[in-house]
Amino acid sequence: MKLYCLSGHPTLPCNVLKFKSTTIMLDCGLDMTSTLNFLPLPLVQSPRLSNLPGWSLKDGNVFLDKELKECSGHVFVDSVPEFCLPETELIDLSTVDVILISNYHCMMALPYITEHTGFTGTVYATEPTVQIGRLLMEELVNFIERVPKAQSASLWKNKDIQRLLPSPLKDAVEVSTWRRCYTMQEVNSALSKIQLVGYSQKIELFGAVQVTPLSSGYALGSSNWIIQSHYEKVSYVSGSSLLTTHPQPMDQASLKNSDVLILTGLTQIPTANPDGMVGEFCSNLALTVRNGGNVLVPCYPSGVIYDLLECLYQYIDSAGLSSIPFYFISPVANSSLEFSQIFAEWLCHNKQTKVYLPEPPFPHAELIQTNKLKHYPSIHGDFSNDFRQPCVVFTGHPSLRFGDVVHFMELWGKSSLNTVIFTEPDFSYLEALAPYQPLAMKCIYCPIDTRLNFIQVSKLLKEVQPLHVVCPEQYTQPPPAQSHRVDLMVDCQPPAMSYRRAEVLALPFKRRYEKIEIMPELADSLVPMEIKPGISLATVSAVLHTKDNKHVLQPPPRPAQPTGGKKRKRASDDIPDCKVLKPLLSGSIPVDQFVQTLEKHGFSDIKVEDTAKGHIVLLQEAETLIQIEEDSTHIICDDDEVLRVRLRDLVLKFLQKF
Amino acid sequence: MDPECARLLPALCAVLADPRQPVADDTCLEKLLDWFKAVTEAGSSLLLLQENPCLVELLFHVLKPQDLSSRILSFALRLAGTFAAQENCFQYLQQGELLPGLFGEHGPLGAAAWAAPTVRSGWIQGLRSLAQHPSALLFLADSGAVDTIFSLQGDPSLFVASAAGQLLVHVLDLAMRGPAKGHGRLQAQDWPACAQRIVCHLEDCLCSEAAPRVTQALHVLTTAFGHCHGLWTQGLWVQLSPLVARLLEKDPMPAPHALVELLLSVARSSVPSSNPGLWETAAQTLSRLSPMQAGPLAAGILKLQDCPQALRTQAFGVLLRPLACVLEATAQAPGTPGLLEGAAGDPMAVDMLPPSKSACVGLLCSTLAHLELLQPLPQRPSPWPQAPLLAAAVTILRFCNGSAAPSSEVGGRLCAMLVGCVRVQRAALDFLGVLSQGLGPRELVTQVFAVLLEYLMSPDSSPTVLKKAFQATLRWLLSSAVPPGCCDLEPRAQLVLRELLAVLQKRLCSPCWEVRDSGLEFLTQMTRRWGGQAGFRQTLLASEVPKLASQLLQDPESYVRASAVAAAGQLSSQGLLAAPSSPEHPAGPQKTPLEELLLVLTTDSEGFPRRAAMRVFTEWLRDGHMAVAEDRERFMARVLQAASGDLDWEVRVQGLELALIFLQQLLGARSPGAAPPGALAQALRALCRVQLFEFAFRSLFDCDRPVAQKSCDLLLFLRAKAAPSSSPQEAGDSPDVAPVEAALQRWRAGEQGQPLGELAPEAVLAVLRSMDLEALRDTLAESSDHVERSPQSLLQDVLAAVGVLGDNEADCY
Repeated sequence: MKLYCLSGHPTLPCNVLKFKSTTIMLDCGLDMTSTLNFLPLPLVQSPRLSNLPGWSLKDGNVFLDKELKECSGHVFVDSVPEFCLPETELIDLSTVDVILISNYHCMMALPYITEHTGFTGTVYATEPTVQIGRLLMEELVNFIERVPKAQSASLWKNKDIQRLLPSPLKDAVEVSTWRRCYTMQEVNSALSKIQLVGYSQKIELFGAVQVTPLSSGYALGSSNWIIQSHYEKVSYVSGSSLLTTHPQPMDQASLKNSDVLILTGLTQIPTANPDGMVGEFCSNLALTVRNGGNVLVPCYPSGVIYDLLECLYQYIDSAGLSSIPFYFISPVANSSLEFSQIFAEWLCHNKQTKVYLPEPPFPHAELIQTNKLKHYPSIHGDFSNDFRQPCVVFTGHPSLRFGDVVHFMELWGKSSLNTVIFTEPDFSYLEALAPYQPLAMKCIYCPIDTRLNFIQVSKLLKEVQPLHVVCPEQYTQPPPAQSHRVDLMVDCQPPAMSYRRAEVLALPFKRRYEKIEIMPELADSLVPMEIKPGISLATVSAVLHTKDNKHVLQPPPRPAQPTGGKKRKRASDDIPDCKVLKPLLSGSIPVDQFVQTLEKHGFSDIKVEDTAKGHIVLLQEAETLIQIEEDSTHIICDDDEVLRVRLRDLVLKFLQKF
Repeated sequence: MDPECARLLPALCAVLADPRQPVADDTCLEKLLDWFKAVTEAGSSLLLLQENPCLVELLFHVLKPQDLSSRILSFALRLAGTFAAQENCFQYLQQGELLPGLFGEHGPLGAAAWAAPTVRSGWIQGLRSLAQHPSALLFLADSGAVDTIFSLQGDPSLFVASAAGQLLVHVLDLAMRGPAKGHGRLQAQDWPACAQRIVCHLEDCLCSEAAPRVTQALHVLTTAFGHCHGLWTQGLWVQLSPLVARLLEKDPMPAPHALVELLLSVARSSVPSSNPGLWETAAQTLSRLSPMQAGPLAAGILKLQDCPQALRTQAFGVLLRPLACVLEATAQAPGTPGLLEGAAGDPMAVDMLPPSKSACVGLLCSTLAHLELLQPLPQRPSPWPQAPLLAAAVTILRFCNGSAAPSSEVGGRLCAMLVGCVRVQRAALDFLGVLSQGLGPRELVTQVFAVLLEYLMSPDSSPTVLKKAFQATLRWLLSSAVPPGCCDLEPRAQLVLRELLAVLQKRLCSPCWEVRDSGLEFLTQMTRRWGGQAGFRQTLLASEVPKLASQLLQDPESYVRASAVAAAGQLSSQGLLAAPSSPEHPAGPQKTPLEELLLVLTTDSEGFPRRAAMRVFTEWLRDGHMAVAEDRERFMARVLQAASGDLDWEVRVQGLELALIFLQQLLGARSPGAAPPGALAQALRALCRVQLFEFAFRSLFDCDRPVAQKSCDLLLFLRAKAAPSSSPQEAGDSPDVAPVEAALQRWRAGEQGQPLGELAPEAVLAVLRSMDLEALRDTLAESSDHVERSPQSLLQDVLAAVGVLGDNEADCY
């Protein structure tokens, strides 16, 4: 069993598991932090961005000034943003049989895999994962395609040139594999390969293994996966949460008794407690708005935003903010808000019960009804007519490199009354803000990551007790900035095995058993013999037939009838050579009785010696030695076959035969 | 006993003795016992029994084999004990063989009823009451009761077991009291037989291998040394201390907690004066116990008034050791001077922290709590290591929020155990607050403020931790902000204040109401203390805080509104409140703080904000707030009108308090005796204008007693001021008091809706004089259930409860 690790990002995993005869890809997350090296794509022509000076090498060489621009001491690539794909060279991706998706954030690289690698398999995911994943992809494509950029920079990627660039460009990894965003056509084609599954549904893969999604409690439709054969069980835990937010709670019990537990997608901000962060978010929002400022919340169109809107729903009246408009701007805003209301079966119990009242499960429906929350596909059109300040705007993309958020950063950045509140933990907020410097607006960092923290992980591992834990290397040591925080790492016994990008791990357990079926007629012919109370044995002579990873014992063909001189024989009639087997022996030889028997049969001068493993019976007269051990008996005599056979028969009297 | 009760008594006894009657509930039986106890304490029990033979009959009746409930049986045992407490009555009951029947082997002790814990408890309590005289001692010895008490020490019911231990101590004390008189200290062999048996039993227990028996003996001894003050206790310690010392040598030490209790109990008694060996035992115990077990002993020793210095030093060392470990865990260089001389670099000391998280947290919390209690005591260790303790508290808080940099493996372990631990955070913040009593080095104080600010700013601080952080910050600001002889905040405090207000601003917007509430409380206290300091005023006015505070008057949570009222009142007193405006109504008409608070008083649906508004008004009136001084009568009229109609009695009491202050301001509170006639007439007219009398008279008949009492006090004060000056005769024609008295009559009858109408000052005075306010005050001073609590009422209740059942029975037939 092997694990091929194609992504180095612990929360955007992409691993391939070879288990029995199957090749299973676990998630295909897309690392979008690469876009932080690019200049933002403004929706409206931005004189500031277009007038940034080109960057020149120390020696004054300016050949890169078209590709690289400088802003407040940082250098950015002036080109269409590109993404860092999972490793494609480590394993032939066309051999992947299935892809299991655990949540909508972990499928963003899907079109790259399914459309460009020769992949012919099936993708499994839950319905909300697919629908919301589609929204995220659609938004991403839309953000990038609606601001066409003629230029595509590639000179800087040259290894010799990259070495001369300032950080962080200099240190960017695998830049040659960075790719531009996929198209909507590719998205549709990729999504068409997905087969929908429900929680606890058992899916047979080629008869060899069974995969089952379990609720992971992190997002609508998010799953952990169990991959098991009859005798082995691998659990894949990716992006799970024990907090009571909107999704169905995590199913922990089914993870018990795993041989291997692959652990990914823990919280990215282990020191920040989500409750405290939500409080911080609300306080800062209220403070800004009360002072007449605007609040900008860069976010994804689904996920935490539902919880934030719910918190605000409860908070705005108490904070006296009910007259402040909330705007949600995304090409998929409408679908996202509506989808959330229809996936009742994937919601937590409280929200499910609301559906039967019937009431919308999320209170944002009421916010929309009362006109407190308004949503628009983009800043163009209706929004510009309705726009009223001070206000709160939720919009993407959290990287601040594309999407409507770029416009608001340009618009509000100059006033210290306004605040940008970062809630998504995927991007470093300082790096995200770099191309907007100098910036007067206030910045608040309240990352809300509901995924498991290390305390919860250690409780979980104590509970489910896997034999081995495999996790990204980042989880096996304290965060580099807080090296003394030994509590911020996975702590388990035996220590977790760690992996990093482009590494192949041999998982530390051997398969020892395989299930084999016996045909009824063969079973009928067996005659079990009880050798110990409760344990019976029978010998089986049969043909092992293996097809589609199923093993069946069939009755052996009858011995060929004498064919009466016919010598012709077809190849297909060639039956296995069924030798008459020697019977199997069992039991032990009681030495004293054996000696008595020998004496009865005329042997004299018998001497018994005890050895570490058993006994040696010496027949001094016959110059013969019988070595009796637990699992073997040897008769050593000097070329006297008659004597040997006589002694053998005496030994056999004490043993049972099959 | 009053005749009415004596009349009811036979019926009561009959009811109690009848198994068919439902047993009156436990509280009735307890009340009956209390009453009998009071009666016997006031007079002769013998006489009582002779005059009321039904009582003895009841006791005899209990002895008969029957289905009496265990509660009645227990009651009878305790009742018999109460009567037998007097020696002559004891003898009287002995004659009838009643006592052996109740407490001897042939009584409940041998019967099935003994299985009920309440019966065993009644048996013990009965004996406890009875054991007051030498005859009782003889009885105990002869009846074999002492052995039963020994066995009851291990009773499965904790109440019974504990009562048995106490009874043993009581009997021992009783036995020793007789001979000790006049003899001074006795040798053990001269002790009475009963005492010798008990001591022998205790010796056996102390030598036992069974830990529960050792614990029982230690508990008994602890009680003995705690409650008995005879000289014999010294002899007892001489006799038993070798056995106690032997316990210390056992490994593991049996019952360490009970041992600590015993040592402290002995140390507090008169034993140490004659037996200094105790201190050696204590020192030995300190060194043998684990840190967690030694803490209470060390703290107890340090609280003693008189104890050898060496032992105090040792105890303080034990108490400080966990904190020394914490300091050591972050010390940058080994050998940095720590909390304990010599502790630095001592691996034993550093390793003493327990490995499990819960034990370590428990140890730190209890250490901090002990030190917190010790700090204000006059006998606290001196020199008090203020600076290292401060450093330790700051370090613990830093471990808890993950910002400490551990310098050793132990530090790393501590860090992992303490991160995010709310319990330790709370204990350390409390301790830090207490340490503000003594200052520290400048650099450390800077660290204190830094760590407090970290806690106040952190989004991860839980509401309770935040509250403690606010409290500690306030204490530190109070103790260090204004240097002596200086009238404004020192520059460092000024800086802290600026950051503090920024945090406060955010906290006042928190979605968590507890946080908003503690933020407002902090603001109120800070303003009360520094409202007059220019530096504070400037910083506060430059922030959003006053505006936010007045916005919180509309908070959905009533506690927050109440705190906002207090804060707004305080800010307004100091002239720091900007007129509130919310984003909801940015251009709405702006109300003055007085209008705002009146609005709260008249419209808020919850009591807390209204009470808070009344308190603010009272304070404003007392301090002569500008808004009040402008038109005091109008202010009073409006507030009293609102308060008099309030449904919350506390608001009404506050209203009367306000009225009293007004009265005092008009008539002069300080000057004794009557007010000058001119001033009085003027004042009375003003009081009539603000309709104070209607409120006060109406309150006299308020259904809530405190309101009526307060009103009575108010009117008495007024009468004292008015009485001698102008009598009705002097005034000439007598005013028409009929309508007032008619109204009062109606109010007394419960018709509160009737208005009083216009009042003339003369009529008020006349009514005041005619009312018997003193009698009313005396009536009100009695508790509201004084009628119901009479023994007669109790007996009637018990009988009535049964009587009802009797009727039903008749109906059934």
